Amino acid sequence: MQEKPQITRVFTCLVAALMALLLMSCSQQRNEGTANFNQTYPSEAGGTLVDAMSGEPSGLIAMIAGESSASTIASNIFNSLLKYDKNLELTGELAQSWDVSADQKTITFHLKPNLKWADGKPLTSEDVLFTWQLVTDDKTRTPYGADYKLVKKAEAPDPETFKVTYAQPYAPALDSWSGLHILPKHLLAGQDINNTPFARNPVGSHYYQLDQWKKGESISLKRNVNATQGQAKIDHLVSRIIPDRAAQFLELMADNIDSMSLNSIQYARIFPSRPDLTSKIAQYKELGNSYTYLGFNLKRKPFDDVRVRQAINYAIDKQEIIDGVLLGLGLPVASPYKPGTRWSNPELHPYPYDPKKAIALLKEAGFEDHDHDGILDKDGQPLSFEILTNQNKEREMSAVLVQRRLKEIGIDVKIRVVEWATFISRFIKTGDFNVVLLGWGLGLEPDQFNIWHSSQQAPGQFNFIGYNNPTVDKLLEDGRMELNPDKRMKIYHEFAKILLEDSPVVYLFAGYGLPAIHKRVKGIDDPAPPAGIGHNSYGWYIPAPLRRNEISAE
Amino acid sequence: MNAIIKNPLALAGLMIIAIISFMAIFAPLITPFDPDAINVKSILLSPSSAHWMGTDGLGRDVYSRMLFGARISLLVGIVAVGIATVIGIVLGAISGFYRGWVDTVIMRLVDVMLSIPTFFLILAVIAFLTPSIWNIMIVIGLTSWMGVTRLVRAEFLSLRNREFVLASQTLGATDRRLIFKQLLPNSLTPIIVSSVLGIASAVLVESGLSFLGLGVQAPQASWGNILTDGKEYIEFAWWLSLFPGLAILITVMGYNLLGEGLRDALDPRTSNNK
Amino acid sequence: MLKYLMNRLLWMVPLLVGISLISFLIMHLAPGDITSTEASFNPKTSEESRQKLRELYHLDKPVIVQYGLWLKRMSTLDFGRSFASHQSPVFWQETDKDGNITKGMIQEALPVTLLINVLSLSLIIAMALPLGVISALTQNKLPDRSITIFVFIGFAIPSFWLALMLMYWTGVSHNWLPISGLHSLGAEKMPWLAQWIDGLKHLTLPILISGLTGLAGISLFVRNGMLDVLHQDYITTARAKGLSENTVVYKHALRNALLPLITIFGLSIPGLIGGSVIAESIFAIPGMGKLFYDAVLMRDFPVIMGILTIGSALTLIGNLLADLAYAWADPRVRKGVVQ
Repeated sequence: MQEKPQITRVFTCLVAALMALLLMSCSQQRNEGTANFNQTYPSEAGGTLVDAMSGEPSGLIAMIAGESSASTIASNIFNSLLKYDKNLELTGELAQSWDVSADQKTITFHLKPNLKWADGKPLTSEDVLFTWQLVTDDKTRTPYGADYKLVKKAEAPDPETFKVTYAQPYAPALDSWSGLHILPKHLLAGQDINNTPFARNPVGSHYYQLDQWKKGESISLKRNVNATQGQAKIDHLVSRIIPDRAAQFLELMADNIDSMSLNSIQYARIFPSRPDLTSKIAQYKELGNSYTYLGFNLKRKPFDDVRVRQAINYAIDKQEIIDGVLLGLGLPVASPYKPGTRWSNPELHPYPYDPKKAIALLKEAGFEDHDHDGILDKDGQPLSFEILTNQNKEREMSAVLVQRRLKEIGIDVKIRVVEWATFISRFIKTGDFNVVLLGWGLGLEPDQFNIWHSSQQAPGQFNFIGYNNPTVDKLLEDGRMELNPDKRMKIYHEFAKILLEDSPVVYLFAGYGLPAIHKRVKGIDDPAPPAGIGHNSYGWYIPAPLRRNEISAE
Repeated sequence: MNAIIKNPLALAGLMIIAIISFMAIFAPLITPFDPDAINVKSILLSPSSAHWMGTDGLGRDVYSRMLFGARISLLVGIVAVGIATVIGIVLGAISGFYRGWVDTVIMRLVDVMLSIPTFFLILAVIAFLTPSIWNIMIVIGLTSWMGVTRLVRAEFLSLRNREFVLASQTLGATDRRLIFKQLLPNSLTPIIVSSVLGIASAVLVESGLSFLGLGVQAPQASWGNILTDGKEYIEFAWWLSLFPGLAILITVMGYNLLGEGLRDALDPRTSNNK
Repeated sequence: MLKYLMNRLLWMVPLLVGISLISFLIMHLAPGDITSTEASFNPKTSEESRQKLRELYHLDKPVIVQYGLWLKRMSTLDFGRSFASHQSPVFWQETDKDGNITKGMIQEALPVTLLINVLSLSLIIAMALPLGVISALTQNKLPDRSITIFVFIGFAIPSFWLALMLMYWTGVSHNWLPISGLHSLGAEKMPWLAQWIDGLKHLTLPILISGLTGLAGISLFVRNGMLDVLHQDYITTARAKGLSENTVVYKHALRNALLPLITIFGLSIPGLIGGSVIAESIFAIPGMGKLFYDAVLMRDFPVIMGILTIGSALTLIGNLLADLAYAWADPRVRKGVVQ
């Protein structure tokens, strides 16, 4: 008999040591507050709000960085001349007021008095002029220059006045001035804007200023005492970078972050079944910023035939998609504008689900099942195409539902899901697609010249579906020149009406934004106004008893 | 074969593979539902007698999708390994048979490929070529042939000077005959072992790619993308992740157990102390 | 020894050229470029500004010129600046004329990934050695079988699934460990010991998971190596001499079985680095894997090429170290008797 080696003993010791190490590292339990989050508390300043973002911004100068994470954070640091209020009407931010000249070509902004940068230096119209020069400079690597280059002349006659003159009336101008973060001339003059360290260490004028940026981990902001718009209540905003959405949700459940936007399953299924979550986390519902559509390549047969497009529109059950994909958390749309806002034409309604009408229209267009294989055909060609979409759960699922409904009326549909960068470069820019399932923003500015005007079809431009309608072209041109809101509204209502009839795209839905925010955060408007809950985030507060235990130096 | 039956783990592995392959092959006959049939009224149902593994976010039957997913996942594994093995045998045979500068070039190529982090390579190539099931198979195949090449080369080098090979060479056998009739058949054992193990890795790579959004694309079901779909609801709709997770786990284990069992059984060094 | 080292170093040159070629070829499989990322698919983006970006980055030059530029830069370790993240040099920090330092992207990401890999390799060794030895000593008996099954489960379980389950269990249900990230908020205000423990807690799950995944390979290697050695003549001789089983196993067998393990470590580096993509995405760790994945999605060529090259160079260095260690341990190798 061989004696038993001591290895087993050694190993047991090792395992024990490892467990001890693990336990030691685990021994520090967080003390969980047992506060009642539903109680009302008076508003008070202080506290920290933690949220999560999926990607890290490359810098905080929004016109250079481009990512959505960059503009989200930068919009807490920088001001624009104008902003949208809670009802999505334009109002002044840095500007006290603005006048439009009689010929509609010149806009004069009057800045609010005594504006300051976070470092205490005065903020004047010189800074606005400087920012305009930056964004229109050819050396500046920004994709957002086009709107501002239409300005023929920009002047800062005195520190509180900024005047821009356009070659011809340009109605989207006001909107464009609500999207340009004003940058400080005294810190950026003479710098290379594309590579300036300022992008990682910005100084702005809004509620918050940068406190600490831990690369790859988090960005912390602190309250700006010199803020131009008054003082925010919450002292610190921290955005943690958590790429995986499943991990984000775990962090929300574990109370390590205060807010994230939910998907519809989390909103409509998980939360209702988990009282432990609903007792500490509030769910909100706000109008989304984009709509999802099925777009046809109008340069290809059979999509050049309006009857085919309308037939497909009738054959798709939009409510089913909203119920199935969004669990009811969305709205059908009939125009590319936010439902309920000024630009959205209240007389328009989506195509109802009507497969009989669809079949009749297709028959009229020459499509019938001649060879009895279950698929409609014309001149021996079956009605069959591929829907192309990118990796987005909602879009994939919508495509599957569309596929099934179209199959029922005899259209054979395949689905292809492609990663975004490839999608754009290989299919959109080359125009090599039949049908796409994509989304467009529900802009606050009604001008959609880039998307629908027939001149915008070159590779890389946005009318990649090849829409060409002279009446619409004319309306889009007129709309750009008309600064009177009422006349403008009529133009865009007419535009949306023709678009719906022409059916170059099938509007599928506009989903709700579904933010979840910990109940320790008070002062949030519920139900959300058209601008969403974030419009008064500076007034949100976290009562002291509900704050997280903050780690102190002791 | 006898050796496998004697090794309970290898036998278990073989049975796992047999059962899963059977289910994959006969998926259309044994699935109660169409794997792509959507039912908006039965979204996210937990497992029941009607839906053995519950339903997913579109009301599709998870059990049916799992069986059809098995086809895709196994296909990815087998084709990828097939590609790798063919490349490996060809390059390894050339290298080991002719030696000289060809050998040097091929071995340097192997070294280069072995020093690049393979998953990075796969990730980049698949993202750039768009992740279709064929691209995934090809790319996994093209990045995993180095092991086989080395194996075949080593076998050839050692067999090359064995008496039976030298004898046939003296008798005037052509190179082709030598390679195909003498050397290759005698090198098959390690090739089979490495292929079996390779399938296991390829199934895992596909699931990893799915997690990153670069695996087999929806609506086509693969175990990897069913699992990825379920990852956000791991404690709520647990059936969405549990079943594909277990399926991958068991299948990969099956291939590993079989592969290691084969190696043990066929390698005289490790099996002679019974 | 010096001659051996020089020899090994020279071998690396053709490998590096091969790596440069492969990484360059891969970039040119891509139909997309910087101008087709998300930011540019905004209606407000004009085609002229896209063209401008292309020219700035030489994307309009012929491919061969681009490769020449690339090879030249690679030899000086200058991987340029990131496309997507305009500010950052890819590899190492740069100082501008005002003395502002911009850290390199790889420079910042590499230490975390290396730390995790070194720790998980240590964990793997700590577990694989005893498991492999026990397995070999109890060949085909219950302990051997259970260990084999255990290490295979570790290998076969999809790591992100295991990670999410452990995150839920230890982070949400029990609050034992943090869920993701590298530091707690405000960690920098804690005393150093607390900071250290905080960091360790954050790394526990990633290391555990990466360790479990890599365990099977090494422990089976130890097992088979031990079996191999235990059947050698000199072990039989040692036993015949009446040496105790412990002496035989640990003094004679284990040492000889461990020798080839050194090489395996060199070879396992690319696998570990590659595997970091998934772990780092799920645990929100800003390391090389996450950096690479983001770069792929953004078509950020300089970063992709930089990481492929640096990652491969690390492997080469790892292999070199392993070879040197092997040569040091086994005189036959450094004298050139055995390759």
